[in-house]
Amino acid sequence: MSVLVFIEQREGRVRPVTREVLGEATRIAAALGGPVVGVAAAAGDADLAALAEAGAERVLLAQHPRFATYDGEGYAAAVEAAVRVCSPQAVLFAASAMGKDLAPRVAARLGVGQASDCTHVQAGGGALIATRPVYAGKAIQRVRFPKSPALLTLRPKVFAATPKPGARAAVEPLAVDLSGPARERVLRVAAAAGGKVDLTESEIIVSGGRGLKGPENFRLVEELAKSLGATVGASRAVVDAGWRPHHDQVGQTGKTVSPKLYVAVGISGAIQHLAGMSSSRCIVAINKDPEAPIFKVADYGIVGDLFEIVPALTAEVEKLNAHA
Amino acid sequence: MPSGRAAERSKLIQVVCIKQVADTETRVKIAPDGKSLDPVGVTWILNPYDEFAIEQALRVKEQAGGEVIAVSLGPAGVQTALRGVLALGADRAIHVRHDGPALDSLAVARALAEAVKPLAPGLVWFGKQAVDDDAAQVGPMLATLLSMPCVTVVAAFALEGGKATLEREIEGGREVIEVVLPAVLTTDKGLNEPRYASLKGIMAAKKKPIEERPAASGEAALEVVSLSLPPARGAGRIVGEGPAAVPELVRLLREEARVI
Repeated sequence: MSVLVFIEQREGRVRPVTREVLGEATRIAAALGGPVVGVAAAAGDADLAALAEAGAERVLLAQHPRFATYDGEGYAAAVEAAVRVCSPQAVLFAASAMGKDLAPRVAARLGVGQASDCTHVQAGGGALIATRPVYAGKAIQRVRFPKSPALLTLRPKVFAATPKPGARAAVEPLAVDLSGPARERVLRVAAAAGGKVDLTESEIIVSGGRGLKGPENFRLVEELAKSLGATVGASRAVVDAGWRPHHDQVGQTGKTVSPKLYVAVGISGAIQHLAGMSSSRCIVAINKDPEAPIFKVADYGIVGDLFEIVPALTAEVEKLNAHA
Repeated sequence: MPSGRAAERSKLIQVVCIKQVADTETRVKIAPDGKSLDPVGVTWILNPYDEFAIEQALRVKEQAGGEVIAVSLGPAGVQTALRGVLALGADRAIHVRHDGPALDSLAVARALAEAVKPLAPGLVWFGKQAVDDDAAQVGPMLATLLSMPCVTVVAAFALEGGKATLEREIEGGREVIEVVLPAVLTTDKGLNEPRYASLKGIMAAKKKPIEERPAASGEAALEVVSLSLPPARGAGRIVGEGPAAVPELVRLLREEARVI
């Protein structure tokens, strides 16, 4: 049985998170004993043969003028058409803005279940069991799929890509029947200032909290983030206070993140914040209160005045960068 | 569906689908079945993202008139949440009654779709996800079942004629999307500043109707095998105090954790 992967593209380029999904698809397909097939939607010719390097043996390409930008209803029709063509046992998407929007539409079209934001997939005995954090990570749910295919969205930065240098995939046209104009139309895409990487896809995150005392002091967090090549995050308290935009918020009513390094600056560690970041590989906490709950989840902590510690840390990292 | 001049004359029906969830301050305990949250001692709140959906629907009603209908699926307790939405200004509510173990997202979407369809709404609102199962599925599923367009994670909204222009956050930027009504929209934090219920609103809500109907039971599309607590993180260590500890921290991050 095959595993189908939705190939996510923006501006004609395959998004890096798709390589992670193809990597996991390759592992699942090996356990189930079938090929990995990609499905992509594009307005014109798309260079997808190289996706074999990421794990796809075959790519089904649906072409339509509507597909120049994301078109939820049209893309869902394309994925459904691909399911009819290759009868996969599982269909995988990235748990990205696009994948999270698209997968439930496909699930409803097919009348099957979907597991969102999975962090582990067990494939054995012909069946899949998906592991996924719920309550923003305060609990872990395992689910199985009474109907086929199983639909899953995979959390970014959790699954590894498995490169196969030099391999080429067969790209085959996929017929999709779309009647009429798109009812959802992307008019334009506005890029974030400074080409900011989304928190959910960041390797390193430096987050600031109320300990910074005011929005102007986020400069310290931004400088440390810059030295580390990190994305800036924030606690709910400072977002609610209007110091930072909502898309910077880490926690249960913000983003759940799993970077390799998470630095919490002046964040005490409310339960709803801890829920959103405690699956990070390494956590550093800088806080003046040695009793702050954040130290209970931190691998490394420094107690003291962040206004002294953070600039010293930035300088130390910059020194390291200069030697590298 | 009404169109053109007929649509302008007919009143705009908006449906807001809400969910009652465990308070975000809840410390999760696992129920004896090993598959669900132990409800003992849990405080139930309106899903935080649903507040933005309600607020936006009320603002649209203030601008364009019509009716706002709150819909929720769940046990008897969800009437508290529905009553809260009526206090904010919704006109009436429908309680899709379901007792027993939580349904999967597709089953919920099917049951809600059955309740929503006869209302012929111009807009159906959801929060972008419920903060319990974090699935973010029911909105786009319901849209698909009712063959309506859908925009998820809406952070800005403007209504003009039979179309809405919206913004949604994507990785590294924002998409500006135009959608034709009737449509399903799911709301993100930051879309608006939700209002609080007034005393007058709370009094008025007591007289507003809540219609109860049973949830149509369908077959399960997803089955929970287990619910467990995440592995506890090993206790970390305090590297030191003040800026003097910084060189040692950097050494540990490089040589021990190997993350920089």
